[in-house]
Amino acid sequence: MKILAIESSCDETSAAVVSGGNALSNIISSQHFHSKFGGVVPELASRAHLKAISYLIDESLDKAGLTMNDINALAVTSQPGLIGSLIVGSNFAKGLSLKYNLPIVPVNHIEGHIFSGNLQDSQLEFPYITLVVSGGHTAIFLVESYSEYTAMGLTKDDAAGEAFDKIAKLLGMPYPGGPHIDKNAKNGNPKAYNFPRSMMNSKDFNFSFSGIKTAIRYFIAKNFPDGIPDEVIPDLAASAQAAIVDVLVAKTVEAAAKTNVNHIVIAGGVSANSSLRSEMAAKASIEYINVIAPELQYCMDNAAMIGFIAEKKLEENDIKDYSDLTFRVNPNALRAKRK
Amino acid sequence: MEINKLKIEQIISNSEADTYNAGKEFAERLDYGSLAIFTGELGAGKTQFIKGIGEYFNIAEDITSPSFAIINQYSGSLDGDSIPILHIDLYRLTKKSELATIGFNELIYDEDSIKLIEWPEIAEQYLSEAMFKIEIQTHPAEVSTRKIIITEIKN
Repeated sequence: MKILAIESSCDETSAAVVSGGNALSNIISSQHFHSKFGGVVPELASRAHLKAISYLIDESLDKAGLTMNDINALAVTSQPGLIGSLIVGSNFAKGLSLKYNLPIVPVNHIEGHIFSGNLQDSQLEFPYITLVVSGGHTAIFLVESYSEYTAMGLTKDDAAGEAFDKIAKLLGMPYPGGPHIDKNAKNGNPKAYNFPRSMMNSKDFNFSFSGIKTAIRYFIAKNFPDGIPDEVIPDLAASAQAAIVDVLVAKTVEAAAKTNVNHIVIAGGVSANSSLRSEMAAKASIEYINVIAPELQYCMDNAAMIGFIAEKKLEENDIKDYSDLTFRVNPNALRAKRK
Repeated sequence: MEINKLKIEQIISNSEADTYNAGKEFAERLDYGSLAIFTGELGAGKTQFIKGIGEYFNIAEDITSPSFAIINQYSGSLDGDSIPILHIDLYRLTKKSELATIGFNELIYDEDSIKLIEWPEIAEQYLSEAMFKIEIQTHPAEVSTRKIIITEIKN
């Protein structure tokens, strides 16, 4: 089976061809245009999914050595995300479905991230824990099969990626700030300053990353009222990063130990953070838990992960279930019930 | 020319809980079609105030930051009827043209929902209709102290 997948839930536009659990192609707008036109940063205005989508689909088919006539089914992200962005992808997919008479699988973006470990490593066995950590999401899932997974913990306020971006802004770094924090932190001492590890002792698997930006803002105002000297930036970046990473790692490893699983998958854009990868591997190994961190093209927002889970759904369900073109997009993300 | 009537009040908050409660108390002034804008620095407590509003409207989920998704929608209840609450954050927008991309104009004139907008500066020209302006000021020395200024504009 050959599936053409489209992802356009937020800033990235992506198209991929997936077959037999493998990505034959996975074209992502920022990476693609970056290499082609030399450094275009994705932003809302230039995001223009509509402009990019047709071109990216052609590229993804080309790279897979296929044409639309070889495709057996379509997959598209239908939730959660920015409503306008979701509509572009889903309406484009519906148009293709009508023209080529193809079934279409609406996919939850978070499911794409959850199973990205299986896309990376075909040997990965259930059950396992996935930490989905990105600009918009921070969640720990217990994953038991392709159709069974449970959210064990969610963020109560800001996502971890958002905390990275906002702290980066306080430190005078450009958006998106996560990669800049990571880079600067490599030359800094993570123990130079002690920033709060929010909810570290909350005895559940929920997160809170709103307080750390406030703490750092006041720390800067108090200690560097005339501006942050360049030489302390690496220590500030490393200490801020450590505060976020420590909580992510501790709760994820604890979730894995509590549920007796042997594997942890880290997915979502923030899983590209080098400290998160190394700390997670180090702490998990103490518990004899293996960590799978998908390569960057599968951990950032991408269409391959959408096509991958769509193929599993098509294998497990009746293909007739996917002939409905009236499905609607839903911008709402998964949130914890308020206590 | 008609002059708008302004009602201004100040609240001193000494903790996150105070800010939350101020939001909960303020919420009873909101109704279908209400538009409120929130200003204040990173970490001032805008989302905390809005979490309080969420409790007043019996929103069952955690109100999380909309900075990344730009718009989060919640289902609240008012006198037994459901009321959609849109939590909007324009923090990530850098150009006015991006407002069209997110369908901003359609949103702010929606009479069937409550609209709460953080980081509204980029959309200033469209927000003269805002009924409520909530400004949260931080204190230079007192880490936990906030001054919350609520301005109601009666057209």
